[in-house]
Amino acid sequence: MGRYVLRRLLQAIPVLLGTTFLIFAIVYALPGDPLQALAGEKRVDPVFAAAMREQFHLNEPLLVRYGYYLRDILSGDFGTTFRGLPVSTIFEGKFQVTFKLSMTALVFEAVIGVGLGFWAALRRGKWEDKAVLAFTLLLVSIPTLVSGFVLQLLLGVKLKLGTGIAFFPVAGVQDGLRSYLLPGFVLATVSIAYLTRLTRTSLMETLRADYVRTAVAKGMPKSRVLGRHALRNSLIPMVTYLGADLGTLMGGAVITETIFNLPGIGQQLFQSVYLQENPVVVGIVTVLVLIYIVANLVVDMLYAVLDPRIRYE
Amino acid sequence: MVKNPSIDTSLLPADAATEPLLAVDNLHVEFTTRQGLVRAVNGVSYTVNAGESLAVLGESGSGKSVTAQAIMGILDMPPARIPKGEVRFRGTDLLKLSDQARSQIRGQRIAMIFQDALSALNPVFTVGWQISEMFRVHRGMGKRDAMKKAVELMDRVRIPAAKQRVNDYPHQFSGGMRQRIMIAMSIALDPEVLIADEPTTALDVTVQAQIMELLAELQRESNMGLILITHDLGVVADVADKIAVMYAGRIVENAPVHDLYKNPGHPYSKGLLDSIPRVDQKGQDLYAIKGLPPNLLDMPPGCAFHPRCPYRRDNCVTDVPPLYEISGTRGSACHYYREVLDGTVE
Ligand SMILES: Nc1ncnc2c1ncn2[C@@H]1O[C@H](COP(=O)(O)OP(=O)(O)OP(=O)(O)O)[C@@H](O)[C@H]1O
Ligand SMILES: [Mg+2]
Repeated sequence: MGRYVLRRLLQAIPVLLGTTFLIFAIVYALPGDPLQALAGEKRVDPVFAAAMREQFHLNEPLLVRYGYYLRDILSGDFGTTFRGLPVSTIFEGKFQVTFKLSMTALVFEAVIGVGLGFWAALRRGKWEDKAVLAFTLLLVSIPTLVSGFVLQLLLGVKLKLGTGIAFFPVAGVQDGLRSYLLPGFVLATVSIAYLTRLTRTSLMETLRADYVRTAVAKGMPKSRVLGRHALRNSLIPMVTYLGADLGTLMGGAVITETIFNLPGIGQQLFQSVYLQENPVVVGIVTVLVLIYIVANLVVDMLYAVLDPRIRYE
Repeated sequence: MVKNPSIDTSLLPADAATEPLLAVDNLHVEFTTRQGLVRAVNGVSYTVNAGESLAVLGESGSGKSVTAQAIMGILDMPPARIPKGEVRFRGTDLLKLSDQARSQIRGQRIAMIFQDALSALNPVFTVGWQISEMFRVHRGMGKRDAMKKAVELMDRVRIPAAKQRVNDYPHQFSGGMRQRIMIAMSIALDPEVLIADEPTTALDVTVQAQIMELLAELQRESNMGLILITHDLGVVADVADKIAVMYAGRIVENAPVHDLYKNPGHPYSKGLLDSIPRVDQKGQDLYAIKGLPPNLLDMPPGCAFHPRCPYRRDNCVTDVPPLYEISGTRGSACHYYREVLDGTVE
């Protein structure tokens, strides 16, 4: 087990280098001049521009600039924007918001997706199964923009509790966890559909496995056959999906954050791309990549817990 | 030793003494598939007594496993259906029991071993966990005691260093050892009937012999009824008392093992025997039954074997042969079994 963990950690290093370099290269290859974008319509003073270029190493070759960037990140410094603000103060608080939002979405996914998928698999071919499949199709075909506004209007404005208060807050994060429930669900919808289908397929496959038949032949009660013998074996694809999805959710939260006006990283990213604030964009994306890599490491560790064949490989 | 102190005596009717331990009687199993109704088992009957070994023989697809799964009650229904027949265990028809009553028998009093132990054992649990589960779930034993029992059983099936290996996973064992674990698990609660479905097919020849020997020995010690499913006539002679030969979902011949070896009473059994490689016929061409087994979706009329049969006459194409009684212990489903026995072909 120890060797497995160590190997996975070492393998993460080249992944980290490769991805950060790619992000760096892509962002710097974007057309347009960041200094000009900063100045808007106004003319940029060439002397000032030259000084800025010098300070931000804009004249150095790409690899050298990547070297500076990597050195800074490793020392926890995400650099400063052209306006002189440290990038890290720009993200402050925002990552937490997006992280909470994504975790809420992930919980919805895990509970609803796995639950529905399991149920559908057990009722394979019956009307319940078909209803679940139809429901997942519906979920993937409604864009977040639509489901977000509709749910916000229904549950946040129209429908009231007895006391006249709406079910959920419409916007902002003032209400703690309650603020995250509705946007979390909206963010999760598409993933719920995928995870439901994945769970269904995975469990159906496991239920056909010889060792499940063995468990039945041993006279094990049905609940045990499903809950112990089949479940653990069918979890791997679901865990993989959930792990990979954390990154996707965090990076893709911008629409949901905008609808529910959550001060998260998605909104910031959008704004920074728009304004060509390259250091901020690179900083945000780098942190997202880090989160993605860590999530995948966690998934790899979970594999080893779930399947001894991986542990002893 | 008193066997199974928890036996529910309501399952033991008065005539239990005269009934065989297990009797399959005119069993039919069919599967609903996209292509149509597959009649996999068409009126199979056989019996096993305590301490007796029955070998069930036949080509791939002849319905051996499906019959066994019907006995165990592990067929998926649907697509499977059992339109007719009985499986009597000590005189009680298992097919009429409730799920609850059935699951008290499955694994505890009638147990089964599968062909490929690697896929039949759960990859994510230790072998000790999988064996001890029998005691924990069916006997309400505590974890530690159940584990001790698992080690004892692993010793009993002669797995070296059982105590150290009880916490290993199936993939850490060799094929032969895995099959021993499967056997340990199946005999955990001293079943009265053990069904072994091709227990050695996935193993190499030397290991095959060891596993067969182990099964025979365990059976002798505990007086189980053993149903040994195989398509290898070679392994049968030493272990089995009697043979049932299946073809296209029916029994075509049943006989005490030596009678059948000496003088088969059905052209298909004869073909099977002739296709065993023998040392004294070295150099000669190996005999093979010509043609293919029939398509279960489109069975030939009359005797299902007639398209491949060297003894075929006109009525074989039209009349389904019943299982003719050759002697008290022998039967053949061939209109011309006498000629087959006499060896007067054409
Ligand atoms: N779930 C199923 N659905 C449809 N047909 C099935 C199913 N299970 C078995 N059959 C059919 O039943 C027939 C008998 O199968 P069975 O597994 O009993 O053969 P077998 O004698 O055990 O052969 P083998 O030696 O290959 O194990 C086969 O033709 C098979 O296609
Ligand atoms: Mg079979």
